[in-house]
Amino acid sequence: MPKHVLLIEDEPNIIEAISFILSRDGWTVNTHSNGTTAVDTVHARRPDVLILDVMLPGKSGYDILRELREHPETEGLPVLMLTARGQTKDREMAERAGVNAFMAKPFSNSEMLEMVRSLSTP
Amino acid sequence: MARDTLTGSRIRERRIMSGLKQAELARMADISPSYLNLIEHNRRRIGGKLLLDIAEVLEVEPQVLTEGAEATLIAALREAASDLHGHEAELDRVDEFAGRFPGWAALLEQSRRRIDTLERTVETLTDRMTHDPHLAASLHEMLSTVTAIRSAATILAEPGEIEPEWQQRFHRNIFEDSARLADTSRSLVTYLEAADDSGAEVTVPQEEVDTLLDAEGHHFPALEEGRADPEALAQQLGHGLTDTARALLLRILTRYAADAARLPLAQLDPLLKAEGPDPLRIAQAAGFDTALAMRRLAQLPDGHLDAPVALAICDASGALIYRRPLPDFAMPRFGAGCPLWPLFRALTRPMTVLREEITQPGRDARSLTAWAVAQPLGPAQPNRDPLLEAHMLVTAANAGSAPDPLPVGVTCRICPRDPCIARREPSILGRPA
Repeated sequence: MPKHVLLIEDEPNIIEAISFILSRDGWTVNTHSNGTTAVDTVHARRPDVLILDVMLPGKSGYDILRELREHPETEGLPVLMLTARGQTKDREMAERAGVNAFMAKPFSNSEMLEMVRSLSTP
Repeated sequence: MARDTLTGSRIRERRIMSGLKQAELARMADISPSYLNLIEHNRRRIGGKLLLDIAEVLEVEPQVLTEGAEATLIAALREAASDLHGHEAELDRVDEFAGRFPGWAALLEQSRRRIDTLERTVETLTDRMTHDPHLAASLHEMLSTVTAIRSAATILAEPGEIEPEWQQRFHRNIFEDSARLADTSRSLVTYLEAADDSGAEVTVPQEEVDTLLDAEGHHFPALEEGRADPEALAQQLGHGLTDTARALLLRILTRYAADAARLPLAQLDPLLKAEGPDPLRIAQAAGFDTALAMRRLAQLPDGHLDAPVALAICDASGALIYRRPLPDFAMPRFGAGCPLWPLFRALTRPMTVLREEITQPGRDARSLTAWAVAQPLGPAQPNRDPLLEAHMLVTAANAGSAPDPLPVGVTCRICPRDPCIARREPSILGRPA
C-alpha cells in the first residue's frame, strides 16, 4: 500500500513540483494551502509524513506544528518543515515546536525526496 | 574659568585617584592641610617648587596638573576603554594620556566614534533584515519562486521520460515563475535604492544634528537677524544629512527663529549686562518663561559670555533631545544621562525653577551652577495632563556658591560614584580610592 504524504504549502508551482516528484516515487500526495484549517486537514487525512511550509496564510507552520504535537494522534507524526528562512534561530524555533526535519528553500528535489523517505522509515 | 586656573582641581583628582588623604599629601609636600585645601579648590595659585613637589608625590608630570584635558575628551576615552576586551586600559592615567598626547587622544576618540557609527549601521541593517516586513516578504517570495523554478527545471533536466502534458506544465511554470522573479527582484532593488537615498536610517540622526550644531557653535546669525527662514536654512545646512536628521534640524531651527524673534539679541544684551547669565532673573526681567531664557543664553555666539554655558533638553520620557555640552560638563553622546542631573528632577516639579551647584566627579571637580525647569509643551487641554519638556542650563558657578556641590556624573558607565542609588549599570572605573 503506497504511503501517504500531506503537503501544506501555499505556492502553487512548488505544490505541483513536489507532488510530481513524490507521486513518481510512489507516494500518495494530498495538498492543502490554508494555515487556518491545516490542523483539521491533518486529522482528517492522517498522513504518514507531513510536509509543512512555515509561512502560510492564516496561521504559521510553527503554530500548526505546536497544535499537532498536543494531540495524541499526531504527536509522533513525522514532519518536514520548509522555510525560506534558514537561520539558526528559525531552526531552533522549529525544533522547539517539535519538528523532525527542516529544509531551507531553495532545496534540491533529491534532498527533499531523501528526507521524506527517511522520515517514513521507522 | 581659564584652564590654567584648574590646577588645584587636577591635584585633587590625582590625589583621590592615588588614594591619598588631603592631610597625607599636605604632609608629604610639606604644607598645611588647610593650604592644600585652598589650592585644591582653586583659591590659591600654585607653581614653582611646590607644584614640582606635589607632582613628584603624585607621580605625574607637572604639566598634567597644569594643562589637563577636556572633560568631554576624557569621558570619550573612558567610554573607549569600556570596549576593550581581554586587556585593561590604564584608566587611572587617562588624564595624563590626554594631556601629554592630545593628538593621539583625539584620534582615538574619533576612531571610537567612527566605530560606534559603523556598529550602529550594522545593527540597523540587521534590524531591517529581521523586521522590515516589505524586505522579508520580498525575500520570501524570491526564495519560494526560485525553489519552484529549481524543482521544475530539475524535473525537466533529469533523464527519463516525462509525459508531454507534465512537460508543458513545468515549462509554463518556469516561464511564469521567472517572470515573477524578475518583477520581485526589480521591486526589491527599487525599494532598497529608495531606502538608501533616504539615508536608510543607518546613522544616528540626533548625532548628525549634534555634530552640525557643534560646528555652528549653536548660533545662527541669519536667524538672529531674520535674514533666513528656518526651512531654507535647514535645507542649506542639512545638505548631506539623512532625512530624519534634516527634520530634527528644521525643528530646532524653527524654534530658534521663534526664540530669536521673542527675545532678540538687542533686548537680551542689556538684560545680560544687568542680571548676568542668570536665566531666572533674565526671564523675570523680560517677562518671558525661563526655558526661553535658557535657550537664548545657549544660543549666544562664542565669546559673548564670560564663560560658555551648557544646555540639555529632554522630553517627558527623559530622552535627551538637545545637547550643548561644555568642556567641563560632558554629556553622553548616546543613551541616558546621569539620573542625578537636576534636569530629570525638574520633570517631577513642573514650572518650579531648580537651582543647584553641581560637579562632575573624577574630573576637575569644578563647581557649576545648574538651572532646571520643566514646562508644558503646547496649549492646555481640558482634563488632560500637560506633556512636559525639561531644560537644564549649566553655567560657571559664582564665587561664594555652595561649598558642597552635588556630585553628578555623565552616564553610569563612566561614573566613579559608588555607592550611588541612581546607578543603572556598573561603572568601568571601579571603586574610587
